Amino acid sequence: MKTKLFAIIAVVISLIAGYFMATYAYKSSQDKATSGIDQTIFLRDYAPRMGSTNPKVYLVEFFDPECESCRAFYPHVKQILEENKDVQLVLRYAPFHPNSLNVVKILEAARKQNRYFETLEVLYKYQPQWGDHHNPRPDLVWKFLEEVDLNIERVRNEMNDPAVLANIEQDIKDLETLQVRGTPTFFVNGRPLPSFGLEPLKKLIKEELSK
Amino acid sequence: MSIGWIIVFIAWIISAVSTLGSLFFSEVMMLPPCILCWYQRICMYPLPILLFSGLLKLDKSVFRYTFPLALIGWGFAIYHNLLYYKVLPESASPCVRGISCTTVQLEWLGFITIPLLSLFGFSLILILLFIYRKNYEN
Repeated sequence: MKTKLFAIIAVVISLIAGYFMATYAYKSSQDKATSGIDQTIFLRDYAPRMGSTNPKVYLVEFFDPECESCRAFYPHVKQILEENKDVQLVLRYAPFHPNSLNVVKILEAARKQNRYFETLEVLYKYQPQWGDHHNPRPDLVWKFLEEVDLNIERVRNEMNDPAVLANIEQDIKDLETLQVRGTPTFFVNGRPLPSFGLEPLKKLIKEELSK
Repeated sequence: MSIGWIIVFIAWIISAVSTLGSLFFSEVMMLPPCILCWYQRICMYPLPILLFSGLLKLDKSVFRYTFPLALIGWGFAIYHNLLYYKVLPESASPCVRGISCTTVQLEWLGFITIPLLSLFGFSLILILLFIYRKNYEN
């Protein structure tokens, strides 16, 4: 009986210890993997930007206009930019939802008319309607776009511009390289968040600003 | 320590490793589990607990209440692998929402995938439980 109990306890302890060691090893290998990466993968020239033009900190956000938590983060991210003048937001696409690719194309077409962020804000505002997961209505997007001062005809014509599509393709490739699996995923000067959330994001930005 | 006890003990270790391994994939590596993975998890996760209860003071009838779960999980694992390796067409799969059950998320040494690990785990547990029942239950 004693040896049995000893064997059971030994297994339980080694399994739990093994799990935590593997977690630690995996996390630090991830950290190393991104720190060794060429920074250009985060800061593609074509990516839309907001905030400082000569930043100390690059806040890269992989996002999906159809993702609820990206919508929830957006006002906070904007506030971070307002409070920290040395931060630049670099937006990258992670079109993980079924209709997001089309909406991303619309966004890029709106960008050609200098209405990128206005369009993004309208899309976020009505996201619960067009991007409802149980009853998505991507057709409604066009109606909501009327709120933005946009030439809709031009958007329709330009949303399939091959140069834009190539950029979106590049974003999707970078997603795989960086192993981004959820949205929003943030990188602060190339560093991933230690854990997901607004507070860890703010903390990491502060850390990079004070470097 | 009887051989019968050691067999159940090994089955318990395998189920515990499988459970922790699948948690590692989803919680640490952030790989989203597909629907079929969930069904297999439903069958796997109780096994370490049940086998543990059977182990503390070896319960001769441990086979009776662990075998059904292991068999159902094994069935899902077989089905998942058939889909995964394209023996069955994907249209026959129940994966409508979320991640597809045939997306290859991980491949170690070129052939070790998550569904294969699951099949391996369930098969070993089934074999051990059978050996136990045949030789040591009475």
